[in-house]
Amino acid sequence: MKVELRDIHKYFGSIRANDGVTLSIEPGTLHGLLGENGAGKSTLMKVLSGFLSPDRGEILLDGKPVRFHSPAQSVVLGVGMLHQDPLDFPSLRVIDNFLLGSPEGGLLDRHRNRSRLTELASQFDFKLDPDAFVSDLSIGERQQLEMIRLLGLGVSVLILDEPTTAISAQQREKLFEALHQLIGQGKTVIFVSHKLEEVKGLCSNVTVMAHGKVTGKTIMPCPTEALVQMMFGRPLTAGRQCAVAFGKPLLELENITVSDWRLGVKSLSLEVRSGEVIGFAGLEGSGQPLVLKVCAGLLRPSAGRIRIAAQDMTGKPYRHFLETGVAYMPTGRLEEGLIAGMTLTEHAALVDHHPSLFVDWTLAMRTAAHRIETYNIKGEPDTLVEELSGGNQQRALLALLPSQRKLLLMEHPTRGLDVESAEYIWRLLLNRVQQGTAILFISSDLDELLDRSDRILVFFGGKVRILETCETNMLQLGESIGGRGFE
Amino acid sequence: MNNWAIQARPLPRIIAILSALVFSAFILLILGTSPLDAVALILSGAFGSSTKLAYVMTAWVPVLFCSAGLLVTFAAGLWNIGIEGQIIMGALFATGLMQTLQDSLQPGAVLILAAFAGLMGGACWGMLAGALRLYGNVNEIFGGLGLNFIAGSLTVYLVLGPWKRPGIGSTSGTQPFPSSLWLPAFKGFQVSPIEVLLGLMAMVFVGWALRGTHFGLQLKAIGKNLRAAFLKGIPVYQRMFLAFGLCGALAGLAGWVLVVGTSARHNLFPLISSGYGFLAILVVLLANLSALWSVPISFFFAAISMGSLQLALQRQLDSSLGGVIQGMLVLSILVTKGLQSRLLSGHGK
Amino acid sequence: MDFSILIASVLAASPPILFAVLGETITEKAGVINLSLDGSMLLTAMVGFIVALHTESVILGFCASMGVGALIAFIIAFVSLTLHQPQVATGFVLTLLSRDLAYVIGNPYAHIPGPQVSHTPIPGLVGLPVAGPILFDQNPIVYLSLVTIFLVWAYMFRTRPGLNLQGLGERPTAAFARGVNVTVMRYVYTLIGGALVGLGGASFSLMVKPGWARPYGIEGTGWIALAIVIFGGWQPLRVALGAYFFIALQTAANLLQSGMPNIPTQLFSTLPFPLMILTLLLVTLGNAEWMNRVLNHLPKGMQRFLIRTLKTLQTVPPASLGTLFRKE
Repeated sequence: MKVELRDIHKYFGSIRANDGVTLSIEPGTLHGLLGENGAGKSTLMKVLSGFLSPDRGEILLDGKPVRFHSPAQSVVLGVGMLHQDPLDFPSLRVIDNFLLGSPEGGLLDRHRNRSRLTELASQFDFKLDPDAFVSDLSIGERQQLEMIRLLGLGVSVLILDEPTTAISAQQREKLFEALHQLIGQGKTVIFVSHKLEEVKGLCSNVTVMAHGKVTGKTIMPCPTEALVQMMFGRPLTAGRQCAVAFGKPLLELENITVSDWRLGVKSLSLEVRSGEVIGFAGLEGSGQPLVLKVCAGLLRPSAGRIRIAAQDMTGKPYRHFLETGVAYMPTGRLEEGLIAGMTLTEHAALVDHHPSLFVDWTLAMRTAAHRIETYNIKGEPDTLVEELSGGNQQRALLALLPSQRKLLLMEHPTRGLDVESAEYIWRLLLNRVQQGTAILFISSDLDELLDRSDRILVFFGGKVRILETCETNMLQLGESIGGRGFE
Repeated sequence: MNNWAIQARPLPRIIAILSALVFSAFILLILGTSPLDAVALILSGAFGSSTKLAYVMTAWVPVLFCSAGLLVTFAAGLWNIGIEGQIIMGALFATGLMQTLQDSLQPGAVLILAAFAGLMGGACWGMLAGALRLYGNVNEIFGGLGLNFIAGSLTVYLVLGPWKRPGIGSTSGTQPFPSSLWLPAFKGFQVSPIEVLLGLMAMVFVGWALRGTHFGLQLKAIGKNLRAAFLKGIPVYQRMFLAFGLCGALAGLAGWVLVVGTSARHNLFPLISSGYGFLAILVVLLANLSALWSVPISFFFAAISMGSLQLALQRQLDSSLGGVIQGMLVLSILVTKGLQSRLLSGHGK
Repeated sequence: MDFSILIASVLAASPPILFAVLGETITEKAGVINLSLDGSMLLTAMVGFIVALHTESVILGFCASMGVGALIAFIIAFVSLTLHQPQVATGFVLTLLSRDLAYVIGNPYAHIPGPQVSHTPIPGLVGLPVAGPILFDQNPIVYLSLVTIFLVWAYMFRTRPGLNLQGLGERPTAAFARGVNVTVMRYVYTLIGGALVGLGGASFSLMVKPGWARPYGIEGTGWIALAIVIFGGWQPLRVALGAYFFIALQTAANLLQSGMPNIPTQLFSTLPFPLMILTLLLVTLGNAEWMNRVLNHLPKGMQRFLIRTLKTLQTVPPASLGTLFRKE
């Protein structure tokens, strides 16, 4: 089935997730969709699969305009999406997951569908036990289940969102074979990914997106440099000058292994000295937050040791990390960082580090006012934090950190900020660096990574490469993020 | 539970109150009574004489204590349904201490020690509920309910067993304490200024603690965003546990008042908590978690409860009509609050 | 002690709580908590009795009860699903309000005899050995309760909409992606659950405990029903078992009591409640993190045994219970 997206616009408030995207995909092709996080590809695919309705624009299937009101309806019309985290029901069995939502009549015929399931699965050499619980399956198997479910419902356009993030190499091979089979059957496959090598090897056509727009369309083969340029959209920039020696080691990671339900980082060793700035690069879901949380004491590594300022902190609770001089700034400004419903003054009082019984509101208000001035926050001491703009919220978060910290751990410190605000934030951060603080930060902004870090840790599927900033440039960084050099 | 402090403008509140009253009037009409008649009876039942007013204030005090305690737990986003059991345990501990020491110490000392005993009893029971919720993962509603029932069973056991009245042994309670162990009152007005004062002080204390101490501020942070509070280094579980304990302590004091108050029955009997704890939950919900508003609203609810007893006496109407009015008020506020915020979010964003 | 008479009497006494727990299971499976059970059972019992009394029709009484139960459930659904107010608060207020309404409106009808469900042994089947007198010498409500257990189970596990129900409470986003209209279905199941609770209430006043009084005597049963739903792991068969277990405990307590007249009644009637906490503790203990840490320190054999026991006891609530569903 031919898929056409014409001038799709989708806005979330002032954010233009999709800003006039036009795309067409021929049947029987494996089409790759490349782009950074925030480029707009997930939004676009959500529009195509019926999760979101476009604010403007048209979708045409085989030349006919269609309007999806729900994901279930898009499946009926032949478009199905396989999410990165499959939308299944872990507490139910495989056979029930296969059946749930199918338009079959009243009574369930598990018997017949068991054989249907096994048949479909064997077509692609998938091995699925109909009576197993989905919570016992690996991500790869859950993916396979979801795929055959969609195929069983008759989809002819299959969208895969970052499918190879958390599956084994073996499962990946099976997946690719299955995809080729589907193409052979005349179906259309859209492969959304950030892994350059995979997309190069697999897809016949590639569309690249950045900042909500399509920045390039090409037919494979295509040189990596061109792809990287289309993805990150900037000319080659060189890294900064090599810095001189730093102070004593503040953070030492020794063979740290940590994992969550999706992937794991194995045996990472790292030494960070006073005054150093380390950037964590890589697409989302590659493991950066795991390592950062280990450094903050929020996650326990399953192996390895961690030392802060020569003190062994392995296994100690988060409190101890805070007392030792670590500060952690999470991504979600309002979800995890600031407390909606409380004012700046209240926040100032809350983080008072030598609290007596009573709150000294005058002092708190004065502190809040002082911080507002120093950090240039547009607000008053009695402003509720949810009323501040994003940039000001970020400044507020920084302002609330105690002044003398050994280690500053930040997730996306300048996300969603305009250039000026970001610049200002970094000025404040560099002040602290000069006083001896070490900073580890996660970012998806390559310019920021190249400009600010002394070293960059590139994460890819749980593996880590350490780059010296002064020896690398935008192209190399972009390629690394896309997977180059990780085999 | 985190968005209770939506500022409801006066008009919706008035509509809510009116609809509650209209509904109650409707019920009365079905039952064949004139609503005006019922209102008159309730008013006279509550304020008709100085004795009746004293009874209203006697009912008011335990609700004051409990509301104060609940403000603490609600600040932290916790539902302390176990408050009834905490009242009972407070009364139980107070009675126990008084029985043990009544012959060895001055009455004044006994009363003061009994207050502490009641406080401790309620606090322990509260912390038990907290432990079940925080460390045992037991849903706080069921943990609280179960503990309520256990406290009730314990009372029954004591009243009919080790603490039973000599000879009789009935569920009317333990041997009543002599008047030397009652809280003193002025002649002709059957409620002790001490209990009223203590109740108001409890509310003032809680109101101030929530606004003026770091503990209170931390509880507020926990109630609004547990994760963020944790990341800021607040020991969240410990604080929530303490909140349970503090609420329990105040409920325990309510239990103490229920035993030694001037117009109390002066003994321990099953169901001594009389639903005051749950009534306090309604009060606090209606007061929108404001300490200031909780004071008049608890008085108002106590008046309704006492006043509606008249209905049973004079008109063969069940005294639970008071409960109907109270319940309808809170329900209407919930509904109007909801309508308000939905309509606002519909237009605004 | 004739064992079969014992079982028969347990069966006869169980319909009220059976209907209530089955109804609440359906509601919670969809992700909604109806905390008003204790009050609703009282109110629906009273309404059923009064309507049956006035219309001289037991069936109309049952219908009225189901209607009231559904109405209360509707209020909870509306206030929480559409007005986004906290479900627990609404349910709590409604439980007190329903109870008070029941007392007020029911006051004139206390201690009045009224219609009851008539004893209807099924001819032919009654004669069966063992099962006959136990199962088929009852009244229509008891038969209905047995059928309902089967119907609820069959619906949930053997039909397509039932499967959707399971998915709905578990992961509403995924259910939505598969075509389930989350909010509408939550309303529907809450109403159905409420109607079943009403059926349970009427089963008290028109069968098990005919008439009305204040206090009625079933105060606290609604809370127990809520606990049984948790204890039964939100599965109809297990939940029904929990209900029977509770009734058996009550029956045993009554028997013991007549055998031991010195010990006060209240003690026996309140016995189930502390047992309830204990069982709740057991079934949720497995989730606690510190538990895992403690277990790690134990010797391997004991560890494995404890883990397995905890796992079998463990019940996991529908993941979306009590939460709001937002599409994006």
